[in-house]
Amino acid sequence: MAILEIRNVSRRYADLSAVDEVSFSVEAGEFFTLLGPSGCGKTTLLRMIAGFEAPDAGQILLDGVDLADTPPEKRPVHTVFQSYALFPHMTVRDNIAFPLKMAKKPEAEIRRRVQEALEQVHLSDKSSHFPHELSGGQKQRVALARGLVNQPRLLLLDEPLGALDAKLREEMRGELIDLQREVGVTFVFVTHSQQEALALSHRIAVMNRGRVEQLDEPSRLYGYPANRFVADFIGDINLMEAEVTEASQGHLRLRVPGLGEVMAPPVLDARAGEKGVLALRPEQARISAHAQTAELKNHFHGTVRGFLYLGDVTVYTVELDNGISMDALLANSAPGRAKFFDIGDDVFIAWRHDAGLFLRE
Amino acid sequence: MKTPRNFWLWVVSLAVYAFLYVPLAVVVLFSFNDSDLNAEWVGFTGKWYFRLIHDPDMLQAAGNSLLIAVVSSSIATVLGTMAGIAMHRYRLRFLPFLAVTPVAMPEILLGVSLLLFFRQVLDLTLGFVSIIAAHITFSIGFVAIVIRARLAGMDESIFEAARDLGATPWETFRFVTFPLILPAVIAGFLMSFTLSIDDFVITFFTAGVGVATLPLQIYSMIKVAVTPEVNAVSTLLMALTLSMIFLASRFAPDVLKGKT
Repeated sequence: MAILEIRNVSRRYADLSAVDEVSFSVEAGEFFTLLGPSGCGKTTLLRMIAGFEAPDAGQILLDGVDLADTPPEKRPVHTVFQSYALFPHMTVRDNIAFPLKMAKKPEAEIRRRVQEALEQVHLSDKSSHFPHELSGGQKQRVALARGLVNQPRLLLLDEPLGALDAKLREEMRGELIDLQREVGVTFVFVTHSQQEALALSHRIAVMNRGRVEQLDEPSRLYGYPANRFVADFIGDINLMEAEVTEASQGHLRLRVPGLGEVMAPPVLDARAGEKGVLALRPEQARISAHAQTAELKNHFHGTVRGFLYLGDVTVYTVELDNGISMDALLANSAPGRAKFFDIGDDVFIAWRHDAGLFLRE
Repeated sequence: MKTPRNFWLWVVSLAVYAFLYVPLAVVVLFSFNDSDLNAEWVGFTGKWYFRLIHDPDMLQAAGNSLLIAVVSSSIATVLGTMAGIAMHRYRLRFLPFLAVTPVAMPEILLGVSLLLFFRQVLDLTLGFVSIIAAHITFSIGFVAIVIRARLAGMDESIFEAARDLGATPWETFRFVTFPLILPAVIAGFLMSFTLSIDDFVITFFTAGVGVATLPLQIYSMIKVAVTPEVNAVSTLLMALTLSMIFLASRFAPDVLKGKT
């Protein structure tokens, strides 16, 4: 059964629709992510679930019960804030004990559960430190322990990794996944980082301008973005204007101005004459020095115009004969070699007929 | 080597400080002078202090001053703290203005208007109650400013976190907000205490005939002559005020350093 249900929730600020008719549900034990650019409404939605703001319309149900009249302190929902929001005048131990103390738990139980929580986040030796004596990662772990110690039905996380530096962020990603699996609490995670979302989540709701553009598992979002916004926001992608010339059961035939005819996998309800974009991930475009086998139906000649060395991979920008520019990605399997092609090299770009995707605007 | 520009800056600064503090130093010095006149140094004595603590009028005035200061600054601290929190939490346009105006208002104006208000509107007999009410009036603004400055430097999500983790609004205040603003509350109390104990103008207008505070007592004494006894009581008052300000600055360094 769904633990959290969002039903047609809207929230407006003056003229701006921060959250616009949003509906979805979150399953028990799920790691659910709200992903979107800043200002897309994801934080507002989170604040409504926590109870800091009220929806103008719609309902928020937790275990089937409408939360409208429940103040934040009565909701079995805890939040990990972006700034951690640790109480500066309390020790690590007192910070973690706070929710238990507010819930009027017996002294002995508080002591035991705080100890367990400290061990869970590997901070037993820091229990009598004050927040200002901790590093960013340690503060983060205290905030997590404090949010989880009273076993909420739902833990909300508002860009919790945003304030950490890159290396630590990667470490904390792993810890978050382990922690969530261990405690089994449902996580609702807010982030603008598509990498974080893809790495952590069971399901992701991609938000834009107050609406959910697409809700799916990470691999489906990446592989089958529903529209141009999602395709562009998640990962890198080549987008080319295209028009459907033939739609059949097995495939789509597209005309890409300047490029000619391209084969693409079928799309539901596509009709001949429909306009949209052809989306192709750089890792789906094969780059090679020689013309390739006829098995690859989409096959074009071009010239290397630039490359970006990223360590594990290199991204080549290839200008096709008709002027269209495309990115193609090649893994650097040979160590110490930054590139296989140089600027000005003649190359062929090809992709399978079932790669690429026709997207409506 | 100092540059000439630096040199003149030093001279001017020292001159200003001298202008401010030499008269105070003279008062302190002559309070220990073994002479009835404030004219020349004769020798060291503590007899003016001894005479002071055996002067019933003076003791009465000191007692009045302390009572008024404790009561008015306690009440002003409670009200000022509430005002400071309200000013921070709600973006009210007029509350900050109303609370802070008495701070900037000329004392003589405040004194006269309070006198008129107490006599004409409330028909109150002037005395302790009117003095205390007047002192509360001008102290609230100071407390509110200190509290607001303290809150302004804090991460707002701390208070949301408290609610989120199960604290009612009252528990949030008790366990989170209040402990965090406590230094500012103490600083605000100490500031209102010194304002109250030193105040002359507003007290003069609202005291009526029966009640004399220390500053009023000193004033009535120097109408005759500036005796060494006045120097002694002034020195004591100065010591009290300075130590209060020192304490206040320890509790709320951000306010007195002008950082908000």
